[in-house]
Amino acid sequence: MDLRPRLTLAMIIYIARRLTQGVVVLLAVSLICFIIFRYAGDPVVTLAGRYATLQEREMVRKAFGLDRPFYIQYTRFIANAAQGNFGKSFVSRVPAFGLIIERFPATVELATSAIFISFVLGVGLGVLVSLKPYALRNRFIMAGSLFNISMPTFLTGILLIMVFAVYLKVLPPFGRGETVTIGFWRTGFLTWSGITHLILPAFTLGMYQLAVLLRLTRAGMREVLTEEYIKTAWAKGLPPMKVIFKHALRNALIPVVTMTGLQFGELIAFSIITETIFQWPGMGNLLLTSIYESDQPVIVTYIMLAALIILSLNIIVDILYAYLNPKIRYD
Amino acid sequence: MNNHSHLLLVQELKTYFYTFEGVAKAVDEISFYLDKGETLGLVGESGCGKTVTAMSIMRLIPEPPGRIAHGQILFEGANLLELSMKHMRAIRGKRISMIFQEPMTSLNPVFTVGDQISEMFVLHQNLSKREGWEQAVEMLRTVQIPSPEKRVHEYPHQLSGGMRQRAMIAMALSCNPEILIADEPSTALDVTIQAQIIDLMMQLKEDFDAAIMLITHDLGVIAEIAQRIVVMYAGKVVEEGQTLAIFEEPKHPYTRGLLKSIPKLGERSRYGRQRLQEISGIVPSLYELPPGCSFCPRCPESMAMCQERVPELVDIGEAHRVRCWLY
Repeated sequence: MDLRPRLTLAMIIYIARRLTQGVVVLLAVSLICFIIFRYAGDPVVTLAGRYATLQEREMVRKAFGLDRPFYIQYTRFIANAAQGNFGKSFVSRVPAFGLIIERFPATVELATSAIFISFVLGVGLGVLVSLKPYALRNRFIMAGSLFNISMPTFLTGILLIMVFAVYLKVLPPFGRGETVTIGFWRTGFLTWSGITHLILPAFTLGMYQLAVLLRLTRAGMREVLTEEYIKTAWAKGLPPMKVIFKHALRNALIPVVTMTGLQFGELIAFSIITETIFQWPGMGNLLLTSIYESDQPVIVTYIMLAALIILSLNIIVDILYAYLNPKIRYD
Repeated sequence: MNNHSHLLLVQELKTYFYTFEGVAKAVDEISFYLDKGETLGLVGESGCGKTVTAMSIMRLIPEPPGRIAHGQILFEGANLLELSMKHMRAIRGKRISMIFQEPMTSLNPVFTVGDQISEMFVLHQNLSKREGWEQAVEMLRTVQIPSPEKRVHEYPHQLSGGMRQRAMIAMALSCNPEILIADEPSTALDVTIQAQIIDLMMQLKEDFDAAIMLITHDLGVIAEIAQRIVVMYAGKVVEEGQTLAIFEEPKHPYTRGLLKSIPKLGERSRYGRQRLQEISGIVPSLYELPPGCSFCPRCPESMAMCQERVPELVDIGEAHRVRCWLY
């Protein structure tokens, strides 16, 4: 007997619709990127050099097709972008896309560790707190989470460095440690030094999300635990572990999973502050340098990539949501 | 009477809720019994303690704020209130099971019906998941759900209200319990479905040889199926007796009021148009019960002493007891 829900036609249509919507949003983002690229400052000046004559500028304008109508330029931008071609960095004179991709694994590993920590601890503590909301220990946890939410990331990071790297000297204060390269992917997961270097930044990055997920889980669990079907589950004679982790948590997790997915995208895309504090060689750090140096191709590449990541995660979350919540599947 | 001769014997049960507004005596010293294979009707208005009584028997009273302050619940002679949670869990669902009022919300929305029914077999009969599912299909067939092999894979929101309640009944009866507590099982359904569900329950009661404790405010249903009735008002038993005796000769003014407030089919043609009688007033708040008989403010026959002292439950005939100063 087949015990698992099947991939139905309704579900395939649902996924296809989400993908189409994703493409539309991506096009909108690309339009904004293009406008920044093309009209925030005259690219001709950048390309031809500040001291070029008017004739020289005109030649550059023609040579690069910048005299063509808007829509032709935009179409060309899209066609290039689709192939990962966003032009060369003004500063280092290498393709911007390559620069970003090189930094990509460091950021992904940092964000993955951060989201893993915050999900496991957030949901775990959230369930714990929801069972006895008025116990003293749980009041402390809640107060702590409020503290976390209120504290800015840079402060958390600096405090953690101060305690664990400066005073206790148990964890390294910055950098990524030793890495191992597998294909194009440089990973820090496989060396001891890589893992110890990961702990502080991952906690710093995940701290806020941890508090959010904790509070969300707690609120969801408290609501779900009063539902009739939880009474049914107790009345069946199920042990507490089953009632709490199967019947209650599965329902309470629906919004939590959504939130985690959305936050994961944001962590990857906006880990700028944490990466700067810990001198983490990731995309966020690169972006900050590029902004200082007005390196437009790198900035635009970053925005497009961030949009792509967040959108993909949104779609994954939607599909996951449909899986968790059977009522959605057939809408 | 020998305590061990009853399947379930509730003695002087007091379930209180301790809240900021004071102590709510939701169940205040009630005693009744249930025999093997019997159908007992527990009747009363909303908020009179029927559900709290049922939840006390299952030991599902949320603590805090609730607490079973006093009393005994003897199930085959063993006091359920003294059992460890582990032993209690072996009774819940397996030997005493319960179905709830709201079929819409009492099934878990994220699991299939089959998953939820098979859980009972896996838990109480040590069957494998696969065997449990096969049994679940059989149970759905027993409660007359059409094409059970298909329905077993569906989620609660894909079933109608009546079918959900059937699924609940299937779940409750899956381990062949000795007692089925049904808390307003048909109230949330429309009338034709109500009748079907009640018929189904009665038929299954015979097949499964279970005793039923039916909680309802619907006297029509009670009259049809219960052998005995316990009438509750504001946490106390006010009248108890054989169904026939109570319907023919209700003693307590509250019971009389309840019976008069049932519309009867064909009444109009026989006696002309008549206004349906009601019990005036509302159920008093459990925090502000009157000092004497709690029904006294609404009672058409109240006397001076009713306001001062709570009457005792007195025997007035063949297993017929009533709590009123009139007797």
